[in-house]
Amino acid sequence: MAKLQDIARICRSKNAGPFLVTLDVVFEDRQRYEQVKRSGVLGPDLFARLYGVRPEDVLFTAYDAGLAFKATLPRLVGSGDLGDTDVYGCQQHAPLLAVDVPVES
Amino acid sequence: MGGLRLLSAASIVGYGFAEESLERAVAGGVDMIAADGGSTDPGPYYLGSGTCFTSRAACKRDLMLMLRAARRVGVPMIVGTAGGAGGEPHLQWARQIVEEIAREHSLHFKLALIHAEPDREHVKSLVERDRVAPAGPVPPLTADAVDRAERIVGMMGVEPLVAALDQGAEVILAGRASDAAIFAALPIKLGYDHGLAWHAGKILECAASCALPKAHDSLLVTLCDDHFVVEALSPKLKCTPLAIATHTLHENESPILHRESSGTLDTAATRYEPVGDGATRVSGSAFHPSKRYTVKLEGVELAGYRTIAIAGSRDPMLIGRIDAYLDDVRAVVGEKARRLGINPEGYRLFYRVYGRDGVMGAREPERDGQPHELGIVVEVVAPTQEEANAVLALARTSTLHTDFPGRRCTEGNLAFPYSPSDMPLGPVYRFSVWHVVEPEHWSDLFRIETVQV
Repeated sequence: MAKLQDIARICRSKNAGPFLVTLDVVFEDRQRYEQVKRSGVLGPDLFARLYGVRPEDVLFTAYDAGLAFKATLPRLVGSGDLGDTDVYGCQQHAPLLAVDVPVES
Repeated sequence: MGGLRLLSAASIVGYGFAEESLERAVAGGVDMIAADGGSTDPGPYYLGSGTCFTSRAACKRDLMLMLRAARRVGVPMIVGTAGGAGGEPHLQWARQIVEEIAREHSLHFKLALIHAEPDREHVKSLVERDRVAPAGPVPPLTADAVDRAERIVGMMGVEPLVAALDQGAEVILAGRASDAAIFAALPIKLGYDHGLAWHAGKILECAASCALPKAHDSLLVTLCDDHFVVEALSPKLKCTPLAIATHTLHENESPILHRESSGTLDTAATRYEPVGDGATRVSGSAFHPSKRYTVKLEGVELAGYRTIAIAGSRDPMLIGRIDAYLDDVRAVVGEKARRLGINPEGYRLFYRVYGRDGVMGAREPERDGQPHELGIVVEVVAPTQEEANAVLALARTSTLHTDFPGRRCTEGNLAFPYSPSDMPLGPVYRFSVWHVVEPEHWSDLFRIETVQV
């Protein structure tokens, strides 16, 4: 088992427009990326569970050319609207860091 | 080496770049100098208020270096989303800076301003004719929402930019524009492959932010017939294939499909290969033209006026029961507001509790454990600034002094770092228009004005 924070090169979040937040997990080398992809841990269900949305509200893409996984989902409120906590959406990634992936660390 | 050399001077005008980087690119030959001027990223306030999120001094410095270099070598200079949000006041603000630089440095050129605030009646006619669709998880656009908006801009693609270049513009200040379009316009005008032009634009938009280490510096793309090469201009910065591929993920819903006015950039078959030390060759990107020309509209409406106070607590008894305490205080504030003739239904009182869930709100998974201190932002949004100030003052004193079970700190519950504690923040806006419209022609929404400077 390994935690994403120990095996991913990038684990980040950002707005994709004011109403969506997008999360990127990027790996350093293809072997590691393929291991994680094969594990099936990263997928719409994981992001739905971590962020409290329905799996069908998660647009999930594995981007082989970039050794990256990307998930885009609705923000709780629009960027900068009343009650928003993160106008840029760039500090919503932390729950991903602790995700366990069944690969060697 | 042939090809079209496109320089992105700054990730955003006003974020800065090293003058040596710009000069190094210019010395090697450039065919265009451009920079993105803004973003919706800093939130709805700047579009609503007509102000820029970077300082005038920083914008003037960047624009001055770009303008002098572009005029010296006689290549087009393009700034998109001028003034930070690309509305009319933003465009005029940027124009004033550019004209000031021209006077100070005796520069003369043909300036094109591309206005991006569409006529409201025209937008409503598109609503009536059902030529509008949501561009995200937002309700359908109504004529009423169009009327309520403080400001609406259209995000231009390459078409108005190409038209301005065709008219002989030497400097283009564009209102709200697709970040990639300001770089893709010239190559598309010259007949380069659209997939490569758009992908190059997508990478150039944040300048050297895509490099390792991420930096506020210039970025150069050399575009050829079947590939382009991306390179940074400081020897400290490397554009590795993975770094460039990673940038394709930036601020997009999908890493593969990127929607623009005239079609979709498709990076599914893109190859990223290293070139020498720290450059990357990109090839295989495709562009699928869409059958219908569409433009995304962005608009904001006034949501009220805000006043805040920042404080902290170091009291374990209070921290241990913070939620119940804040509920009690909220009721006290409501009662006191009523006494002033203020209806508690008319304002919103927020407590942002840093150290608990200030960053993630309801999505915060860590709910156990007690921090030794909490940061608390008390916030009121009300229909007028006066009412927001009045309620915030009530909330500040009530949060400071309300009793709670087990209280020992009877002189006050909060540490305020500032006097005055209460900060009126002015109008609050929200994004209320985020829709795609289908005009007959780009000139229905955008207007080019040319001026001899």
